[in-house]
Amino acid sequence: MFEIFGIPSAALFGQLLIGLINGSFYALLSLGLAVIFGMLNIINFAHGAQYMLGAFAAYLLLELLGVNYWWALLVAPLIVGLIGVVIERTLLQWLYKLDHLYGLLLTFGLALVIEGLVRNRYGSAGLPYTVPESLTGGTNLGFMFLPNYRAWVIAASLGVCLATWFVIERTKLGAYLRAATENPTLVRAFGINVPLMITLTYGFGAALAAFAGVMAAPIYNVSPQMGSSLIIVVFAVVVIGGMGSIMGAIVTGFGLGIVEGLTKVFFPEASNTVIFVVMAIVLLVRPAGLFGRRT
Amino acid sequence: MKRLLSLAAIGAALACAPAQAEDINVKIGVLTDMSSLYADLGGPGSVVAAKLAIADFTKDHPNVKVELISGDHQNKADVGSNLANQWFDVDKVDMIIDTPNSGVALAVSQIAASKNKLFIGSGPAASDLTGSKCNANTIHWTYDTWMLANGTGKAIVKTGGDTWFFLTADYAFGHALERDTGEVVEKNGGKVLGKVRHPLNTADFSSFLLQAQSSKAKVIGLANAGGDTVNSIKQAAEFGIVKGGQKLAGLLVFASDINALGLQTAQGLTFTETWYWDMNDANRAWTKRWQEERKAAGKFPTMVHAGVYSGVLHYLKARAALGGSPDGKTVTAKMKELKTDDPLFGKGEIRVDGRKIHDAYLFEVKKPSESKHPGDFYTLKATIPAAEAFRPLKEGGCPLVSG
Repeated sequence: MFEIFGIPSAALFGQLLIGLINGSFYALLSLGLAVIFGMLNIINFAHGAQYMLGAFAAYLLLELLGVNYWWALLVAPLIVGLIGVVIERTLLQWLYKLDHLYGLLLTFGLALVIEGLVRNRYGSAGLPYTVPESLTGGTNLGFMFLPNYRAWVIAASLGVCLATWFVIERTKLGAYLRAATENPTLVRAFGINVPLMITLTYGFGAALAAFAGVMAAPIYNVSPQMGSSLIIVVFAVVVIGGMGSIMGAIVTGFGLGIVEGLTKVFFPEASNTVIFVVMAIVLLVRPAGLFGRRT
Repeated sequence: MKRLLSLAAIGAALACAPAQAEDINVKIGVLTDMSSLYADLGGPGSVVAAKLAIADFTKDHPNVKVELISGDHQNKADVGSNLANQWFDVDKVDMIIDTPNSGVALAVSQIAASKNKLFIGSGPAASDLTGSKCNANTIHWTYDTWMLANGTGKAIVKTGGDTWFFLTADYAFGHALERDTGEVVEKNGGKVLGKVRHPLNTADFSSFLLQAQSSKAKVIGLANAGGDTVNSIKQAAEFGIVKGGQKLAGLLVFASDINALGLQTAQGLTFTETWYWDMNDANRAWTKRWQEERKAAGKFPTMVHAGVYSGVLHYLKARAALGGSPDGKTVTAKMKELKTDDPLFGKGEIRVDGRKIHDAYLFEVKKPSESKHPGDFYTLKATIPAAEAFRPLKEGGCPLVSG
């Protein structure tokens, strides 16, 4: 076994894989943010709370109704997506003409309220949620033990990311969406219901966050603050990738997961800050982000 | 003139009468983590515990008037220090209690000393509070890192777990727990193979666990707490660490953590605590009151909550015994002089260095099949008598002892 910078290669490959797994969460979450920002021009600070709600919904579905993980993976995003639709219809739709800041403040406030309510009801220590029976165990890859559940997380998240990218960049529906963000009046003139499309887009973004939340429930502690501790990192990912860029969100999500994983080997104390260092450097060199277009 | 005289007489009589039951005004501040990873082991539950203590004490001492305030230090030493300063200077708080997070607690302890007030730590763990950083205005109540290290560490080394790897929360508490446990392991013939320090409030432990796994150490010591411990245990199970033959040592585990993990994941975990709600009738009765007041039937109080109750009670005893409004050092001295005795911890004492002394217990988490009712978490493995549970007075390096 050879060594790289004094670290056994086995450990290094292990960390790369772990980074990829964490990256898949970053990618999923930043994808939702990018979609919402790209279509609605709203900086959705409630994204972390929606991610947390997804995990809590999975827990409640299991605890109260006996709905298992696989169904939760479908139902929880639907519930949270519906809540998203309500939020868009009642609150967000009044803000589109105003400055970005209003959307940011409103969603930030919403996140605080949702988190506070959940914390009041369930406390902060979190709730138990176990890995589904069919995904327990794992494979010994020689250089590391890969839990089956984590392998599933990478596959599912890659699948969802690519599907979303495909819909937005390569289909007619996606073309309408992109056109609506450029010139809503014109698109409306073609008889397309733009407000409905916008509403559904926000609902979809929220559902993506909830999907990530359900996937996170068996690995991380299902607790009210699980979203707020992640959201800042995810915002950094979106900024590095370029605000609103779908591909940027996906690629930097996975990439930064890996960068963070490697930092944990060489200098673990810095693992929480490395992403912000990268952000500072990227913004100095490319102010619009890696995949962003200057407007 | 006659009327004036009689008024004066009445006035004099009134002034003398309260000498038997002079009003004592006390203001207590519960400084704790209300919103983050330690909020369930301390937080609102600590405020409730303090309320219960006040209710119990003032029932027999109606002349003692207690005002209670609480605040959130957000696990930031600067926020905690600001609050403590404001409480002592502006709000005229006499005593601050609880304060999980050793970083914040060490700061508050210094502030209490500089203003000659009082700090009772129930939440913090760092043994430095009664060691090198001790002062005459601080009492460390419930537990500390030396006690955890000796309780859990010794027990595990003696049953064959002689090589260790530490997962350490990267701040005062984690460092203290890692240091104290490392010493115990080596003193008992074991060896520390390595360590990795993670930032406070980390969600993903897989990288750190992978390093622990590849170290081939027999025991992975978790020198962290609250949400960090929950996440590391949960993810260790996922990576098959225990199945692969390595043992997890939760050096600081609370009932609230077991609740969050579920017995399925937590079973078999060995650790030390100084109080468990289901251990005797007195504890169970108190827990019931706590749950009613807290309005949380499914939650169980932790040893930190019990410590807040017992600390407030003893503090009020000292205040009632002294009368008036004495300064912090005088009250601390009185608290050390009086023997402690309360329904939750039984009889005990406070040493000159500020360390409260009582028994500690080695517990093991039950299997789901062994648990008979909600909150039935632990099996008692051993009782560590008070005299052995805490660091010997001479070894702490506290200036109050040598001086």
